[in-house]
Amino acid sequence: MTPTDPTTTAGDTVLEVEDLTVQFPTDEGLVEAVRGVNYELRRGEVLGIVGESGSGKSVTSLAVMGLLPKTARVSGSVRFNGNELLESTDKQLSRIRGRGISMVFQDPMTSLNPVYTVGDQIAETILVHNDISKKAAHKQAIELLETVHIPNPEQRAKSYPHELSGGMRQRVVIAIAMANQPDVIIADEPTTALDVTVQAQILDALRTAQKETGAAMILITHDLGVIAGQADRVMVMYAGKPVEKGTADEVFYTPRMPYTLGLLGSLPRLDVKTERLTPIAGSPPSVINMPPGCPFSPRCPLSDDICDQEEPDLESGSDSGHLAACHFSYRVEGHEPADLFRPNAEDPLPAGATEGEVIE
Amino acid sequence: MPDNSDLSSATTQTPEKRTRVEREFTVAERSQAQLVLRRFLQHKLAVGSLIVLILIVLLAFVGGWLWKYSVEDLTGSNSQPPSWEHPFGTDAIGHDSFAQVLRGTQISISIAVLVAVFATVIGTIWGAVAGFYRGWVDTVLMRIADLVLTLPLLAVAAVLAHNTSGSWWLIAVVIAGLYWAYVSRVARGVVLSLREKEFIEAARALGASDSRIIFRHLVPNALGSVIVNATVLVAIAILIETSLSFLGFGVTPPDTSLGLLVSQNQTAVSTRPWLFYFPGLFIILIALTINFIGDGLRDAFDPQQTKVRA
Amino acid sequence: MLAYSLRRLLISVPIFIASTFVVFLMAVLSGNPLNKFLAISPPPPPQTIEAERIRLHLDQPIFERYWNWLTGLFRGDFGPSTESTLDIGTEVINRYGVTLRLVFLAMLLALILAIVAGVVSAVKQYSGVDYTLTFVGFLFLAMPTFWFAILLKEAGINFNNAVGEQVLYTIGDSSVYVAGGAWDKVLDIAGHMILPTVSLALLSFAAWSRFQRAAMLEVLGSDYVRLARAKGLRRGQVMRKHALRTALIPLTTVTALDLGSIISGAVVTEKVFQWQGAGTFLLDAISRDDVYAIMAWLVISATVIIVLNLVADLLYGVLDPRIRYA
Repeated sequence: MTPTDPTTTAGDTVLEVEDLTVQFPTDEGLVEAVRGVNYELRRGEVLGIVGESGSGKSVTSLAVMGLLPKTARVSGSVRFNGNELLESTDKQLSRIRGRGISMVFQDPMTSLNPVYTVGDQIAETILVHNDISKKAAHKQAIELLETVHIPNPEQRAKSYPHELSGGMRQRVVIAIAMANQPDVIIADEPTTALDVTVQAQILDALRTAQKETGAAMILITHDLGVIAGQADRVMVMYAGKPVEKGTADEVFYTPRMPYTLGLLGSLPRLDVKTERLTPIAGSPPSVINMPPGCPFSPRCPLSDDICDQEEPDLESGSDSGHLAACHFSYRVEGHEPADLFRPNAEDPLPAGATEGEVIE
Repeated sequence: MPDNSDLSSATTQTPEKRTRVEREFTVAERSQAQLVLRRFLQHKLAVGSLIVLILIVLLAFVGGWLWKYSVEDLTGSNSQPPSWEHPFGTDAIGHDSFAQVLRGTQISISIAVLVAVFATVIGTIWGAVAGFYRGWVDTVLMRIADLVLTLPLLAVAAVLAHNTSGSWWLIAVVIAGLYWAYVSRVARGVVLSLREKEFIEAARALGASDSRIIFRHLVPNALGSVIVNATVLVAIAILIETSLSFLGFGVTPPDTSLGLLVSQNQTAVSTRPWLFYFPGLFIILIALTINFIGDGLRDAFDPQQTKVRA
Repeated sequence: MLAYSLRRLLISVPIFIASTFVVFLMAVLSGNPLNKFLAISPPPPPQTIEAERIRLHLDQPIFERYWNWLTGLFRGDFGPSTESTLDIGTEVINRYGVTLRLVFLAMLLALILAIVAGVVSAVKQYSGVDYTLTFVGFLFLAMPTFWFAILLKEAGINFNNAVGEQVLYTIGDSSVYVAGGAWDKVLDIAGHMILPTVSLALLSFAAWSRFQRAAMLEVLGSDYVRLARAKGLRRGQVMRKHALRTALIPLTTVTALDLGSIISGAVVTEKVFQWQGAGTFLLDAISRDDVYAIMAWLVISATVIIVLNLVADLLYGVLDPRIRYA
């Protein structure tokens, strides 16, 4: 097993996911959390995965790490530097986790063990994968804290997690993720649990970590705003499946799936004035015992009979790399969110609100 | 009101869709009580336990009344092992052990239920007041409850129950007078956590009065925890009462309880084992089934607590 | 942390003193120790009864009696016993020595068993082992101490008969006379301790193993255990370094809080195995209406419990950095 092949160069595929499905048997029925995900991650690039909660984006990445609960049924293929991860033993996976692929979780308040100092927790991940002294590992831990812009790193390394703010803790988690120069960093909603004011700093820290290590990054979020300006390519997920894939520009400027358009419409924009947000009505479907047809159909303004009968495949349109799963993707192209998802005219504005204000 | 606007737009925006399959809302709305009942019924062990417990209660209260022998009857056949005539055998002077166990079960269950009721009422009020008013009221009330909790309660109950002269409801009062502290901690915890919930804040912001908040919001939401705890308390009370009677400070002859029966027959364990085993097995069976029911209720009221996060 | 514990202690002491008054009152009202003279025929001369009345301070009003008792405590005077030859202070402390031997050993045994069972149950959640341990836990939760103790006693007798030698003692806390040296004395005490310790331990084992299982499950499902796995730690390393280390902390508090119920359990166990410990001291005192002896037992018990809870608080602070500086 050679996790870092020196001959590979930028642009090579480090992570390849094919037909990944994840199912959880529960009392209420089979939960199909992931229903066929494909993507490739090239060295050094940033892939954004967007979707509402329950769309399977987090489960996908946990499946890649081999960290799903034992009850999960996983099938398909996950290849990391050519090695099939789904067939690897836990021992083999342990060598890749934290060194080949590392992860940043959503909630920094609970991600760190409360009874160890942050220095110890960073050093631990170094010691697991490298045969060096504890002292050397601690020295590296302090350097890592400095890299993610934590002031007084020597002192902070001796702190316990509860003595640090949420933003600081997330920096520590990022330091852990970059400690062993991984090829892939998976950041699962890294800013969701944080204050808006801290979010940009954390994204900066992630970007620094990615640049320093040369790792590819998967940035998972429900917030298109987080992806914008960060991701090279974007994959939109809905009900366990990718529904649109393309470069960031393609997905942001010429979406081909009504759901993506809806997501864009519910994003407050600074560049467009006097325009109300256009919400997507309804909520994502339950992924237990799903009916046939397109899962977005009940919420979709373009929905027709065929949408209830047949689930569309991911298909490319005129521009070859840009895929969308919609029977009517040609009707989406070139439209603004408000064209499809009308802001409800009968819904009066709240008192004191003026047109164009953010309505939550 | 994000929910409302979402729903209204869902119907006004695409009116032609009303006739189509409604995938998202296939689950019919159920009331809280129906949901709890449905979840409880899925808990097989709890339902089985409930059936067994109902059978035991019927056996004790109805069967004991119908059974041909009473507690005092001397049947004339001494030290008989179990037979059709005497399902649980007889003791050295000819009492029918089945009749005695049924009577003991009646008394033990009556005391336990009374304890649960008293202790729940006192404890809930105590804990709710502490949690609702907080500050020094909370400090004083909960210090008292903490102290009561740390004492060796069975022994203190023995001191206090010494002069009840075997009166079963006085024994229940003594036990409840010590074990309410368990309930008060739980009730306070629930009230404290509910206080912080958004819907309470919303009610407060809308100008609801204290009593309205307590009775319309806190009590219904705390009900689950209170019921679960009252159930478990019945099991605890059974064990306390039988221990107290075993020590000689609970139910006294001529009346009997399951604990007293074990105590009276402890020396018979090798010679006439049926006298020792049957009352003991009844205690275990009652406490066990109640604990399982409590477990089922806990899951039914609070499914999140046991569900594994995926 | 120390300040917090001491502040708690400072509130607990006055409340405890107030509660002693309630118990004192109930104990005084519950029976008249002079009644025993009425049962004797012919009854002793009235002067004897009067002398006893004065010796036991029954001639004083109740508040005065209570006050004298309370102030006496600080001078080390526990008050007169109804048994004229009995010195309550010496007796209760000697007896508590015997009881604490039982209590601490049983706690230790219960803790070890509960941690092993709880952790195994949690790690192998929903397996056959888990279901078995869970059922055993529920069974012991439902089993009255006295019934189980009698069962163990019977098993001990059968075991001795089968071996043909007195290995397990079923009566008393030690033999009156032991031939041989110090080692034989230790063996004798150990032989007396095995059954009562097991009987008392299994009572707490049930509750604690359930608790430990829940604590372990919570930690195993926590984000930091998942992160530890994501860092590349093996399952076993995560268990030892992250899960077990954190999941053990809450047990300290629970252990200390349950001390009261263990002391209660010791009363029952001592009665079954006929130990001369603090439990039987209390039971005898209640039967005699010996108010001062009852109060002495209560004060010593409360002191033991309060001190142990303080120790647990401090230990918690050492184990959990979140509490340390709070």
